[in-house]
Amino acid sequence: MAKPELMDYDKALELFEPVLGFEVHVELNTKTKMFCGCANEFGSGANTNTCPTCLGLPGGLPQVNHKAIESSIRLGLALGCEIAEHSRFARKNYFYPDTAKNFQTSQYDDPICHDGSLTIELESGRLVTVEIERAHMEDDAGKLTHMGGSTGRIQGADYSLVDYNRGGVPLVEIVTQMIEGAEHDAPEIGRTYVAGIREIAKALGVSNARMEEGNVRCDANVSLRPRGSKVLGTRTETKNVNSLRSVERAVRYEIQRQAAVLHAGGTITQETRHWHEDTGITSAGRPKSDADDYRYFPEPDLVPMAPSREWVEELRLTLPEPPAARRKRLQADWGFANLEFQDVVNSDLMDAVEATVAAGASAQSARKWWTGEIARLANAAGVAADSLVQPAQLAALIALVEAGTLTDRLARQVLEGVIAGEGTPAEVVASRGLAVVSDDGALIAAIDEALSKQPDVLAKIRDGKLQAAGAVIGAVMKAMRGQADAARVRELVLERAGTAESGSVE
Amino acid sequence: MSAITAEQVAHLANLARIDLSPEEITNLTLDLGQIVDSVAKVQEVATSDVPATSHPMPLTNVFREDVVVPSLSVEQALSGAPARAGDKFRVPAILDEE
Ligand SMILES: [Zn+2]
Repeated sequence: MAKPELMDYDKALELFEPVLGFEVHVELNTKTKMFCGCANEFGSGANTNTCPTCLGLPGGLPQVNHKAIESSIRLGLALGCEIAEHSRFARKNYFYPDTAKNFQTSQYDDPICHDGSLTIELESGRLVTVEIERAHMEDDAGKLTHMGGSTGRIQGADYSLVDYNRGGVPLVEIVTQMIEGAEHDAPEIGRTYVAGIREIAKALGVSNARMEEGNVRCDANVSLRPRGSKVLGTRTETKNVNSLRSVERAVRYEIQRQAAVLHAGGTITQETRHWHEDTGITSAGRPKSDADDYRYFPEPDLVPMAPSREWVEELRLTLPEPPAARRKRLQADWGFANLEFQDVVNSDLMDAVEATVAAGASAQSARKWWTGEIARLANAAGVAADSLVQPAQLAALIALVEAGTLTDRLARQVLEGVIAGEGTPAEVVASRGLAVVSDDGALIAAIDEALSKQPDVLAKIRDGKLQAAGAVIGAVMKAMRGQADAARVRELVLERAGTAESGSVE
Repeated sequence: MSAITAEQVAHLANLARIDLSPEEITNLTLDLGQIVDSVAKVQEVATSDVPATSHPMPLTNVFREDVVVPSLSVEQALSGAPARAGDKFRVPAILDEE
C-alpha cells in the first residue's frame, strides 16, 4: 500500500473548507439482546449467547426489549431530540457473514429520536453546536476473525471465523447533520463531540461507554469544499475509529489527504475507508456500489412503537445533570485550577473525587491522592484507578493524615494495605503498627541518644548553625522507623540542644 | 403496462444472491410486472387521506421485559453450520474488502 501524499494542514485549510459528519454507535448495556432473551455479555465463550432469533434460524421471532427502547429514548432526550410519536423497525438487507439473518434490523424512515443537538466546548473556549439529525435503534453484528494469510487482515485471509455473541446486541446510532464552519478546529470537534456523546451515555447509565471495548464506535465523514465554492465535495466515510485520539487523527489525516488529491487535479471517490491505528493512515475500502442498495422495508415481524407522551415525560425526569454543566459546577465547588481539573477529568476520576469529597475529604486532598499515588499504583497494575480503593476508604485515610496520626509516607503504606485487602485504613494502621509516634517521651529519649552520639553536631547547633540539626533529625526518624512527624522532631531537637526557636521555619 | 424491466430483475436477483437463467428472468419480469400493475390499481382507489400501511393490525408497543432466558448450547447453535472451527462458525474468506 503506497503511502499517499499529504498536504500541510494549514495549507489545506487555506485552500479548502472541511465539512464533517459523524455516525456514533452506542452499544446499550441492557441485560439481554435487542430482540431476544440471550444475555448481552461476552467472555463466556464463543457462540454461548445465541438462539434461533439472533441466528436468523427458521422459527425465530423477534420481540422488542422494553429497556432498550427506554434507554434509546433517554439518550435521545439527553441530546435534545424529539421523540417520535410513531416509530418502526426496518430491514436493511445485505449479505455478510457477521449478520446471520442476512439483514440488519434497523430503522429507516421512522427513527425513534430526531432533531437534537449537542453543544461542545473546545479547549480554546469556542462553543460549537452539533446538530443531530436522528438517533435510531438497530442490532449489532457478530464478530469476525480472519484466519490465515500473512497479516490477519481480510486481504489474503483463507477463511473467517464467526462468533455471534454480539449479534443482536442493541445499538443506538446517532447521526449528525453536516457540520460546516469547523475550520481549523475540525479534528478537535470530532474528538470533543464523540467524547461528549460517550460522557452522556455514561452519565445516563445506558452504556458501559468504553471505547476500547467497542461500546462506542465512530464513523467519520469528511469532505472538502474549495474556498469560494458553494458546491460540496465528495465525502469519504472512515469506519470504526475507536478512540478519541483516533477520531482527531483520522479527521486531520483525511483533510490532508483529500487536499493533496484535489490540489493535484484528482478526484475523491465516494467510499468507505479504514483507519489504521498503528500507522495513523486511512486506506480505501469498498467504493459505493450496487451492494449498497439495501432495499429497506418495514420489519413485518415487529409491530410499530408509539411511545406515549406520558412515558416520554416520565423518562425526561430521570435525566441526570448534563455532564458539561456538572463539570462546570464541580470545578467551581472544588476550586480547582483548569489544569488540576483537566487532570482529574482526563484520568476519568471525576466520580471518584466527587465521592471522596462527599465522604468528608477536602477536594484538594482527594485530587492529590487519586491523580497521584493511586493513579501511579493503578498504572503499574494495569487497572483503572477507581477500581483500586473505595472513595470512603480514601476519605478515612485522608482524615488520619489530617489528624496527624499518619504522615504522607505512612499513609502510602496504609493505602497499600487497604488495596491489599487488609481492611479499613484504621485497621491497617493498627495491624501494621503504622501510627506516628506522637509520644514526646519516646522522641526525646531518641533525640538525647542521637545528640550524645554526635557531640560535634550538638556544638554546631548551640553555635547557631541550625541546619546541622538535620543529621540528628535523620537519626531520630530512622530510630522511629519513619513513624514520627519530622517537624515535631526538629522542634524537640532544638529544644533539647537548648536553642529552641520561636516560630520554627522549615 | 408495468415499468419492470429484465435489467431490474437481474439486478434484484444479484442482490438477493439468486442465480436466474435468462428464461427465468423473462418469466419473472412478466410476473412481477403483473403484480406491480395490480398494486397500481389499488393505489388508484386509495386517496390521499388513506395513509400508507406497513402493518395490517392496529397494534403498537409490544415489548418484552429485559430478562435473560437460556440460550442454545454451543453444540445446538453450531449443529446447522456448514463448517465450524472449535466453537465458531467457519465461513469462506471475504475478498472484496480490505
Ligand atoms: Zn438470541
